[in-house]
Amino acid sequence: SVNPDLASERQTASFCVEKLTALLDGGAEQTRIRRAVVEAIESDPVFSRENQYFQTQNERYEAAVMKAVHLQKKMHEMGWTENGPEYKYIYRALSGDVAFLLHRVFMRSISVLGSDKQIAKWIPLATQHKLIGSYAQTELGHGTYLQGLETTAVFDTATQEFILNTPKISAMKWWPGDMGRSATHTVVFAQLYIHGKCYGIHPFIVQIRSLQDHSLCPGITAGDIGPKMNFEHIDNGYLLLKNVRIPRENMLSKFCEVRPDGTYVRQGSQKINYFTMTTVRISLISDEVLTPLMKACTIAIRYSVVRRQSKLRPGEQEAKILDYQTQQEKLLSQLAAAYAFHFINDYLQELFNRGYREIQNKNFDMLPELHALSSGFKAVITQHCTAGVEICLRACGGHGYSLLSGLPSLYTKILASCIYEGENTILLLQTARFLIKCFMAASSGQPVPPSVTYLASVKHSKCPAKNKLDFLSPDIYTEAYQHVAVRLISNTAAKLQDLVQSGVKKHDAWNQCTVQLVQAAKAHCHYIAVKNFAETVEKLEAKAGIQKIMKHLCDLFALHGIFSNTGAFLHDGYTSAAQMDMATASYLDLLAVIRKDAVPLVDAFDFTDKSLNSALGSYDGQVYQRLYEWAQRAPTNQMSPAYERYLKPLLHNTLSKL
Amino acid sequence: AAAMSVNADLRRERAAASFQPELLTHILDGGPERTRRRKEIEALVLNDPDFQHEDLNFLSRSQRYEQAIRKSSLMVMKLREYGIADPEEIYWFKSFVHRGRPEPLDLHLGMFLPTLLTQATPEQQDRFFMPAWNLEIIGTYAQTEMGHGTHLRGLETTATYDPSTQEFILNSPTVTSIKWWPGGLGKTSNHAIVLAQLYTQGQCKGLHAFIVPIRQLGTHEPLPGITVGDIGPKFGYDEMDNGYLKMDNFRIPRENMLMKYAQVEPDGTYVKPVSDKLTYGTMVFIRSLIVGDSARSLSRACTIAIRYSAVRHQSELKPGEPEPQILDYQTQQYKLFPLLATAYAFHFVGAYIKDTYHRISGDISTGDLSELPELHALTAGLKAFTSWTANAGIEECRMACGGHGYSRCSGIPDIYVTFTPSCTYEGENTVMMLQTARFLVKSYTQVTSGQQVTGMVSYLNDLSRQRIQPQHVAARTVTMRINDPTSLVEAYKSRAARLVESAAKNLQAELNHRKSKEDAWNRTSVDLVRASEAHCHYVIVKLFTAKLAEVGDAAVGAVLTDLCLLYALFGISRNAGDFLQAGILTSAQISQVNQHVKELLAVIRPNAVALVDSFDFHDVHLGSVLGRYDGNVYENMFEWAKKSPLNKTQVHESFHKHLKPMQAKL
Repeated sequence: SVNPDLASERQTASFCVEKLTALLDGGAEQTRIRRAVVEAIESDPVFSRENQYFQTQNERYEAAVMKAVHLQKKMHEMGWTENGPEYKYIYRALSGDVAFLLHRVFMRSISVLGSDKQIAKWIPLATQHKLIGSYAQTELGHGTYLQGLETTAVFDTATQEFILNTPKISAMKWWPGDMGRSATHTVVFAQLYIHGKCYGIHPFIVQIRSLQDHSLCPGITAGDIGPKMNFEHIDNGYLLLKNVRIPRENMLSKFCEVRPDGTYVRQGSQKINYFTMTTVRISLISDEVLTPLMKACTIAIRYSVVRRQSKLRPGEQEAKILDYQTQQEKLLSQLAAAYAFHFINDYLQELFNRGYREIQNKNFDMLPELHALSSGFKAVITQHCTAGVEICLRACGGHGYSLLSGLPSLYTKILASCIYEGENTILLLQTARFLIKCFMAASSGQPVPPSVTYLASVKHSKCPAKNKLDFLSPDIYTEAYQHVAVRLISNTAAKLQDLVQSGVKKHDAWNQCTVQLVQAAKAHCHYIAVKNFAETVEKLEAKAGIQKIMKHLCDLFALHGIFSNTGAFLHDGYTSAAQMDMATASYLDLLAVIRKDAVPLVDAFDFTDKSLNSALGSYDGQVYQRLYEWAQRAPTNQMSPAYERYLKPLLHNTLSKL
Repeated sequence: AAAMSVNADLRRERAAASFQPELLTHILDGGPERTRRRKEIEALVLNDPDFQHEDLNFLSRSQRYEQAIRKSSLMVMKLREYGIADPEEIYWFKSFVHRGRPEPLDLHLGMFLPTLLTQATPEQQDRFFMPAWNLEIIGTYAQTEMGHGTHLRGLETTATYDPSTQEFILNSPTVTSIKWWPGGLGKTSNHAIVLAQLYTQGQCKGLHAFIVPIRQLGTHEPLPGITVGDIGPKFGYDEMDNGYLKMDNFRIPRENMLMKYAQVEPDGTYVKPVSDKLTYGTMVFIRSLIVGDSARSLSRACTIAIRYSAVRHQSELKPGEPEPQILDYQTQQYKLFPLLATAYAFHFVGAYIKDTYHRISGDISTGDLSELPELHALTAGLKAFTSWTANAGIEECRMACGGHGYSRCSGIPDIYVTFTPSCTYEGENTVMMLQTARFLVKSYTQVTSGQQVTGMVSYLNDLSRQRIQPQHVAARTVTMRINDPTSLVEAYKSRAARLVESAAKNLQAELNHRKSKEDAWNRTSVDLVRASEAHCHYVIVKLFTAKLAEVGDAAVGAVLTDLCLLYALFGISRNAGDFLQAGILTSAQISQVNQHVKELLAVIRPNAVALVDSFDFHDVHLGSVLGRYDGNVYENMFEWAKKSPLNKTQVHESFHKHLKPMQAKL
């Protein structure tokens, strides 16, 4: 039965939960398909994550391999295909706990970088799992800066082979997933040398393990890189190459080819390849970043209405901790962010689909804007959501620290997203470079892409709000965000110009402004997120209470951003001290309003108990019973050798002689 | 990988430092003699083969617990063998043995024994103390329950006195009343001091402490009526058997209630305690330890991130030149140097609280406890402020190490998971902040009713003089000297005054609207937390600034002044809104502050490595491949990885079990 404290929260919902779920899924039909996939996966015991928190790295890895193999069978059985509507829900249903994710990256890189002949040869082998692929780019000493990679591939005209080498320790491939134990092949990125001349970084298909007995191929040293904060189920690996010879045909040659005589030929435009890298950043947002934050909010908010602590009113029962303003401030702002980023993700997906169509028609005009948005939002969303999950974790007090709460694993997994697919600071600086360029263009009257036209339009120099209710007007707060973004971008552009004019070299000037540039890029993304949320709310149907509650969340998201960064809005007097007090008052009032719908708002995310895998966050709220039952299953509760070996002699007077 | 020379980048960094790191180490330790003694104790542990073991990252949780138990028992014997008795020296020894991690006997040594000393009668001490000292009895302290933490009065465990047998009957009446979390309870302890609601003669007399045997001496099996075990895997604390305890009609003799203060007579008559105000002292002491822990944990993370950033080269700053050290990027300096300054600030705050505590506890015997309430209120906030900041700072350090920071070989994940519970234990941070706020509001009310307040809150006295002005308290812009820490202290003081006043006024406004005081307090609590934070921030800047005057060596003084300025200015920059809104600083001054922060980054850059060397963490204690003193990062990462459990065999067994059959079928 459902804990009455949780049940009562559901009776007072101001909106229809099922309708909101459908909105999040993109339609009731999508909800139906998703639930069917989740049901099929979760009812299959092979995919169970029940013992996950008790398993060692070796056990987790083995389970992930087993699941990956079983998934092939399952897909066949269910009639799911890679192009079917079910496919995108499979990973979510597995909570990512499956091996061979890099196998897909391996295939994608061949599809994008390989010639037609190479695609025809390798893709069928990979599809049938005759081989298992990985993708080896990052090196021990090199990540962000691709040109700095040190692995070499020297072309030998005599044998028509490339000779691959790891010339020093920092050149060792390090981190690639599935490479430590599983992969038989990998795409290696290396500096190409022909006749002693370096042609830069190129991709090569290298076999690393035998297809017969899985032993390492001659010249290959490979293994697992050791325990990490999470991803125990993935064998991130290292790879050392010593005079490894591969045929000329193994260099992926859609864009560059080495002819038999060693002639180097460049062909086609790489822009489409560039677009693919950009889309990867966007594609990870939904499953890797939003889902963990939504799960963390679900766990923390449900637990906060079950947990009672201290008294709000003398003589009454102890209060639900969600009734404390400080707890609301921590959690409801994260909840609002989860919705805000869900909608910005929709916006980005749509933009990229449009971009893809244009690129198909050989129109590459949208690329710089897409690149800037994908970089900036990847950084802003991963950073914000990572911090959000940690806030949820700490908001659950001591029990949040138990692995059984599910929160530590969500946190350690999401935080890796701040680094992979582009380190966040680097990405923000790329967005900033675009913004500065557009600002200069806009100032001199040249046309700029749609997302930055605001840089040219100068509006009020003072916030027009007169009372606290004015801060619930999207026009008021959106404009405030716009003002801050314009100010930060224009100030930084001016500073850069000043430095260069005073004789500082361009790259030095850039480095001296990077802290400001990062702030400017964040302000830009924050503005777009707020604006998009407000516009989305506007377009929602007024029916079933959805628009009203989304409007509250939008206001909260915007005001939380102001509240936690008051300096940016007060600077230059755009917002006055008195207006800031109004904004704060509106913000705090909203917490109490949204509080009433907090549980229905997380219910709408529609996570099953199995997918949450949390003793604190289950739908029925039976927190304490579950915590107690799960703890008893812990391996530490089986008899430990520590007693016989150490405790017994300790307790039996070993010390009393002292 | 042994006997390698120091990485050239690190050598250059150390040669370029403008001061002698040892001199700064002496300041951190409290004098050259303390440094010498610390290193002596460190050597005792590090040169002792009994304390060597495999890298803990490769062990399972059960194995880690086993190692910890092994080392703990040896530790207790050796401490006594070496005659180490000073609490700080014991702390050093323990932290070298366990490398900064918790250990299963923590609660026995840190809570069980001290509680016996302070709350047991002489007769009880005779029965329990020596056996506990000799570890025949291993005890823990069982307070927290599954459903109850912060609110002590809400604990549900009961101890009902039965005069017919002269026993207490202990019960865990609900699931939520099961004792949950106490360290060492799961597997190690055979006794626990249990906090329970005392019932006698049909009345509840509130919480009292009882000595409860939980496991059979000899077999170590749980006693009948006792259900005890480990609460399962956690984020960190792998070596600690945090436990659960459920009692069903478990009887203990009347003499097992700790009766130095409150008593239950044989017929069940309850005798009230005289006064228990002295427990304040213990809490202050433990919180001072947490402030010190915040400083040390953040220092370790900074050491790792800064050394690694001096070794790691990436991208290009100047076209055509070799890849620069990532520490040369402004964004990297902006992430790390304010944290370095923060670590120093927290060291001095921790030392201040400890000294003040010792001074005041000296006064306890002579009877002057007047300073204790303020110190109690202040340490609550400082515990929260420093642990929150360090918690976030450790994560920033890890992020600043890119992908490799995510590997356990970096050591930072371990520092984080070990440290982060301190935001919750010994007083949940938000609750702590609100305790400090209560004191601030009380002081503010005193001032508005015409009384003077003293100590760290004395700045509130100025409010009464300014209240004639129609504007906010601090609505006069300060003429701030950006290079003068004392001038910055004034700015922080104004900010604290303004936020305390604002929170107090909002609270008053709520009180005028509402019936319940508690509701009004709750609806102002976000403001109140902000006020406490501002107060703590002011105290920290003030203490750091005061420390500068004590530094003898000019070169060390100069570099500490840079750090103090960075700490203060960065704080203004980050909280610019508070200073702007109160009219303490103008937008132009804020821009100046922002600019000066960036200039200070460049000033501190040449001393960065020397400043972390001064923390003087031994490599073994640091536990990080990225942060090694010799900077030979990559070679050692490779050596480390080869020991990974997945690398035990060349071909992993899952190949034969899963991969091969699949390939055969397809």
